[in-house]
Amino acid sequence: MSTLTLAARDSRTMLRRNMRRWARYPAMTVQLIALPVIMLLMFAFVFGQTLGAGLGGPSAGRGDYIDYLVPGIILMTVSASIQGTAISVAMDMHEGIIARFRTMAISRGAVLTGHVIGSFLQTLVGIAIVIGVAFLIGFRTNANAAEWIATIGLLCLFAIALTWLAVAMGLQAKSVETASNTPTLLVLLPFLGSGFVPADSMPAGLAWFAEYQPFSPVIETVRGLLLGTEIGDNAVLALAWTAVIGLLGYFWALKLFRRPPVR
Amino acid sequence: MTPDQPTAIAATGLRKSYGEQTVLDGIDITVPEGTVFALLGPNGAGKTTAVQILSTLIEADGGTVRVAGHDLATDADGIRGAIGVTGQFSAVDNLLTGEENLLLMADLNHLPRAEGRRRTAELLERFDLVDAAEKNPMTYSGGMRRKLDLAMTLVGDPKVIFLDEPTTGLDPRTRRIMWDAIRGLVAGGVTIFLTTQYLEEADELADRIALLDHGHIVAEGTSAELKRLIPGGHIRLEFADPDELDQAARTFAGSTRDDAALALQVPSDGDVNSLRAVLDHLDVASIEVTNLTVHTPDLDDVFLALTGRPTEVRSSAGAGHQSAETTDTAADSTTKETVR
Ligand SMILES: Nc1ncnc2c1ncn2[C@@H]1O[C@H](COP(=O)(O)OP(=O)(O)OP(=O)(O)O)[C@@H](O)[C@H]1O
Ligand SMILES: [Mg+2]
Repeated sequence: MSTLTLAARDSRTMLRRNMRRWARYPAMTVQLIALPVIMLLMFAFVFGQTLGAGLGGPSAGRGDYIDYLVPGIILMTVSASIQGTAISVAMDMHEGIIARFRTMAISRGAVLTGHVIGSFLQTLVGIAIVIGVAFLIGFRTNANAAEWIATIGLLCLFAIALTWLAVAMGLQAKSVETASNTPTLLVLLPFLGSGFVPADSMPAGLAWFAEYQPFSPVIETVRGLLLGTEIGDNAVLALAWTAVIGLLGYFWALKLFRRPPVR
Repeated sequence: MTPDQPTAIAATGLRKSYGEQTVLDGIDITVPEGTVFALLGPNGAGKTTAVQILSTLIEADGGTVRVAGHDLATDADGIRGAIGVTGQFSAVDNLLTGEENLLLMADLNHLPRAEGRRRTAELLERFDLVDAAEKNPMTYSGGMRRKLDLAMTLVGDPKVIFLDEPTTGLDPRTRRIMWDAIRGLVAGGVTIFLTTQYLEEADELADRIALLDHGHIVAEGTSAELKRLIPGGHIRLEFADPDELDQAARTFAGSTRDDAALALQVPSDGDVNSLRAVLDHLDVASIEVTNLTVHTPDLDDVFLALTGRPTEVRSSAGAGHQSAETTDTAADSTTKETVR
């Protein structure tokens, strides 16, 4: 078998291992998917009327706000999910079995690839559920097939990039607790961006941050694709951020994983 | 052991430091194929460190290593393909069942599905884990975990196996199971490198034993060779009355008498010839002996004597070296065999 086939096979084995672990202990997965759904419902029904009115526009109200809200919630699904990635990687690194893996002739990165693919699939399921719930509570989109494909494509790339970053954070963490804290900032980023209210409604400093942080261009691009708002250079910015985050996370994670284990 | 027997593990000049602390200060290890090598040493001697280096887990600061014909520096993956490791600390997946852990190993060893299932069933059977197969290892006793750990190591049919304190904390029965498993492996041509705190274990299993202390191998040899390094073996004779004791004390120059117990200790390395010589002398002098016991120093004495005096003992002693003087440490050696 060639190196590549072996790497694919080992990654598949590791993916199966992760899936089995999740299936057995689904609490975290459920919690991570529930969080954005609850946020969606809360923002739609508790704050929706008021925030919708604040958006302005012709028929400003709950319905408009739900439309505005959904891209931000989708991104929050991504960031909540990768928080789980960081935790499960950190937990895994504290398992004795990782030392065993290191003394076996298996593809070096397979442990990490297994985590990345598993988390990515988990994120996709989360996104699907969130979009489903959004439609149930009245989300409307005028996106055509091409726009949907572009949306999903961008979300996939962004999710994979963030997952690698989360894997690195999980490897870096001294303990499982730190691993669960570090990515919390990522969960907050959609709030500190254009996820819930337009950036220009914030105080100057925050607005500047909201405008330039990585989540905003992705949210704006998704919003443009699904709702037909103007995308402008956001698409390019979104892809650039994705590439930067992904490469950074990937090489950081590999570097950390090659580091000899310390107990 | 024949000289031309191929070498399974060869390490020269192995060094490793953690910060200021030198853990291994240039050790050499040679293990011929199909033999058992035991590394002994007190806590913190560097046994685990040595295993971790030889099994590719951590990098040495210096030295060369060849395992199963592969060079560590250039072909660590080749080594990984040939070895199995059961570390000091449990290396099982706590969220999978015992059986799933074994199947995971089968997959990672790239065994065909059916073959993996067969190996798994066989190992569960062999280590008496069939009833626990569906259970989570977190619910296992320490001994069961250890057995699962070893079973996982064996899934890939490794040629060279590293066992870091395989029986620490096990009850005598489980220890026997482990020993039998190890003997079975050696009979099948596998090479074993084990570390242990139990000298009895090294005595039982190992072809060669090395004592690691303060970063150096302070002694190496077969169990018998090591025991001969420590003087203090003797034959203890007991008598019915003081006259016999007096007579015997005159017969055996250099012996030590114990008047209260009516006993005499005659220095001896415990082999058959010296025993026969003593019996002949008793015969010629027609001295009646009520009881005779042979005391040979055991590995505990060797261990204490060699690691208790860290700076003096640096002789990488070979076979047969024997010192004349008697040390206190060895004087209270335990009874190995009793001859009536
Ligand atoms: N990752 C590490 N960082 C710093 N020091 C370490 C590390 N690993 C081991 N040491 C030190 O190296 C020395 C040797 O440790 P090692 O675990 O090899 O001993 P050992 O012979 O296996 O002991 P034991 O019988 O207790 O298992 C110890 O003093 C230990 O503190
Ligand atoms: Mg140890």
